[in-house]
Amino acid sequence: MTEEREHYEAVVVGCGPGGAAAAARLADHGVETLVLERGVEAGSKNVSGGLIYAEESAPYTIDDLFEGFREEAAERPVTDYQIHNIAGNKVKSYDLTDLHEHDTDWCDAVLRRKMDSRLEARVHEKTSETGGGVLTNVRVNGLLRDDGEIVGVTCDELDPIEADLIVAADGVNSELARDAGLMDWEEPDEWFQGVKAVVDMEPDVIDDRFDIDEDEGAAHLFSGDLFEDVRGGGFLYTNEDSLSIGTVFHLDSLVAEQAEPHELLDALLTHPVMAHWLGDEYDEREYGAKLVPDSKKVAHREPYRDRLVLVGDAAGQMQAQGPIIKGMNHAVTGGALAADAFAITRGNADPEAAGRRYAKLLEESGTMDKLRPRRYDLARTVGERDVVTNAVERVLDSRVGSLALGNPVADRVLKRAYNSPFLVSMIPDTRTGYVTVPAIVGEEHGRTIRWENGVEPPSLEARIGGLTYDTDVGNPHIELLDDSAEASEAAVYACPVSAEDFGGGCYRTEQVQTNGDEETVVSLDTQPCVECGTCAIVADTAWEHPRGGKGVEYREG
Amino acid sequence: MRSLVLTKGVPDFSEGAVSFDEDGHLERGKTPTVMNPNDEFAVRAALQTKVRHGGHVSGMSMGPPGYGDVLQEAMESVYTDDSYLLSDRELAASDTWATAITLSAGIEKYREEVADVDLVFAGFKTADGETGQTGPQTCWALDWPIVTHVIALDIDPDERRLRAKRLVEGDVDEIETVEAPLPCMVITDPEFEPAYRKASHRLTHKRLRDETEERAADHDEHLTTWDHVDLNLDPDYIGLDGSPTIVSSVDPIPKAPSEREATMIDPHDGDAMEPVLEELQPFAGSD
Ligand SMILES: Cc1cc2nc3c(=O)[nH]c(=O)nc-3n(C[C@H](O)[C@H](O)[C@H](O)COP(=O)(O)OP(=O)(O)OC[C@H]3O[C@@H](n4cnc5c(N)ncnc54)[C@H](O)[C@@H]3O)c2cc1C
Ligand code: SF4
Repeated sequence: MTEEREHYEAVVVGCGPGGAAAAARLADHGVETLVLERGVEAGSKNVSGGLIYAEESAPYTIDDLFEGFREEAAERPVTDYQIHNIAGNKVKSYDLTDLHEHDTDWCDAVLRRKMDSRLEARVHEKTSETGGGVLTNVRVNGLLRDDGEIVGVTCDELDPIEADLIVAADGVNSELARDAGLMDWEEPDEWFQGVKAVVDMEPDVIDDRFDIDEDEGAAHLFSGDLFEDVRGGGFLYTNEDSLSIGTVFHLDSLVAEQAEPHELLDALLTHPVMAHWLGDEYDEREYGAKLVPDSKKVAHREPYRDRLVLVGDAAGQMQAQGPIIKGMNHAVTGGALAADAFAITRGNADPEAAGRRYAKLLEESGTMDKLRPRRYDLARTVGERDVVTNAVERVLDSRVGSLALGNPVADRVLKRAYNSPFLVSMIPDTRTGYVTVPAIVGEEHGRTIRWENGVEPPSLEARIGGLTYDTDVGNPHIELLDDSAEASEAAVYACPVSAEDFGGGCYRTEQVQTNGDEETVVSLDTQPCVECGTCAIVADTAWEHPRGGKGVEYREG
Repeated sequence: MRSLVLTKGVPDFSEGAVSFDEDGHLERGKTPTVMNPNDEFAVRAALQTKVRHGGHVSGMSMGPPGYGDVLQEAMESVYTDDSYLLSDRELAASDTWATAITLSAGIEKYREEVADVDLVFAGFKTADGETGQTGPQTCWALDWPIVTHVIALDIDPDERRLRAKRLVEGDVDEIETVEAPLPCMVITDPEFEPAYRKASHRLTHKRLRDETEERAADHDEHLTTWDHVDLNLDPDYIGLDGSPTIVSSVDPIPKAPSEREATMIDPHDGDAMEPVLEELQPFAGSD
């Protein structure tokens, strides 16, 4: 009983903000759209900081596509925004409202399980009307090709499916982008790693400690010497009845400093500056982590091949605008523009017509220039060359530098610089911006914080124990290809659920005797894996996502 | 496609739910009734047919009025369209034979008055009786082909045939593939796995689930009850009077008395370990 292959007009892989936007917009255009999501429910695999922005200049915002989004799916709007420059116990805080409000219509904190699952329900409603719908628990494992041309997708759980348009909205570590040869997973300096804790807190306690009303919210960023020399920073956002606290670091820096991500998070949680907000009772609801691409380096200028288009993180459309992280909003834009491009070129015999139009729309709407500012490409070539960086560092570290940054004029200039979207978009990714300057600012202008912080963050073991897993026993989704220390040891510390001298994580090292020599080898157990993607980049692995519905299940995100 | 799925209630044997009296007899009144666990595979097979080929599935059960809940459970879990309960005092205490006679009468009435039937699904055996006879006996009464121990099922509606994989247990377990014409009775094996390898199947599955929610909440509206008069059955041939099998007594299996004693020994405690090592001495190797 042989049957014909199934065919849909459009198949969207992934139901995060990018996939949801693409699917909703495709349905608006009357396109028969099938959405495939590997989680048990949309959001169960996703982690964000997260503040979702509605930019005034953006062609689409999430509430354009999903009416009532803010009431239904978001937490608190951000009404107070600050950055804290930290040097030891000294802290200098700047109001970041100007930068935050630049081009911003509104900005809300979100938790991804809630947000994405609500979007999923709306997307299912919309796409059902045009003969499609959303299916969860389905993992797409590759591209279907006919004579070398991409014509559809293959899945673990379903027979191959053909489509006229394939939208890869499968996030960071997009297996489809890799399969199409549009993204590689090679260079740690093209990624950030985000680690996050969701902390339980009663709404009125939040109002009280952050001095806000119930319909207001606070956002705080942290940089300086709090994280030693690792390039990155911390964040704290208020939700309705919880806080999102986390860190985002350059992956290459984590590797170079051999830093343990969970310890960096703990450094933030236990800093005196947090004492007032966290109080004495610390109740962590969830620990999570995920990679984030750096659009400045990897946002694809031609994110398509044949009938395949990439949107959101899969296309590298994740903008770190200085300390402000904008990924979800751009995923929404990318998804909606890809849908429009397909609608405009519908019926065109050229399989790449939609992709080309999509790339054009990304350019014309100004989205590409936000993601990949040309001035950054220019600044980077000088700024990141070691000689220059070291020279700048040396000057800043000297008395002259401290004096220069330390004088009152510098204080005002710096505050303005932080709030300049133009300047922050071209700060080269060096230690200077993340560590040196903030630390000097903190040292020179800060006040000493003497609060006692009584927070005792849970151990890694307890954090893993608090997560929900449906382990695919006997079918690990990551394979270690090279177990030598040289190839894969970086994963032992960079993996957010592994640590040196911790036996309960994914990666660990062992000493083995070979021909009288002692050798360090790396071993892997994927059971505690949170699917962050780090070891796909920093270790020598064959890396895939688990089958549909398997693996970690986030409740908060 | 029009299918009927036969299901019955059994006492909920799960921990905490089941209740025994002092003599170890089941207290039916105190133990809730749930769908016979093996019937779940039958209802899943019926659902697979509906999802893949469309059509209508009715649940049918013989038993006390309380079995309405079981039919409701079937509606909630596998989205049956409606339910038929064969219930009557005269039907009480039926053995498998009398049950089969009654069920086949129910099926015949359904075919005459509701719609003709392509497939009848039944579970492999009940959790409280364990005979495994009712399905085949019902089929015998209908004079239909029957395929038992089904673990996978494919239907060709145009050819009006089915193809099934059966698990044949023996010295070596074998999987046998058989074909049969419709109408046919299908007895599922607990290994039965529905397969939804098409996106359209899964979308239909989801749509049926959404549609069923309201219907299942209002189950009484979709429940038809037939008694022996409706079924045109002679009381002498059904219920206790029509049951040749008599279960004379049911004895609990005595538990083996525990004779062994266990002592916890700290392996690092040398003195305490000594007697253990002595015991092990004879088993140790020559060196
Ligand atoms: C710690 C942290 C903080 C962040 N903070 C912010 C912030 O404050 N503001 C902001 O805007 N952004 C933030 N981001 C970035 C933001 O989360 C991402 O840019 C955004 O989620 C990208 O959306 P997306 O739709 O492209 O991908 P995702 O949201 O990752 O969605 C991808 C979806 O695809 C599914 N999927 C993946 N592979 C498959 C497959 N093979 N088959 C089927 N389904 C699949 C996944 O389960 C997932 O649901 C942060 C990220 C992190 C990690
Ligand atoms: S094993 Fe790899 S993907 Fe999993 S949590 Fe660790 S680094 Fe992330």
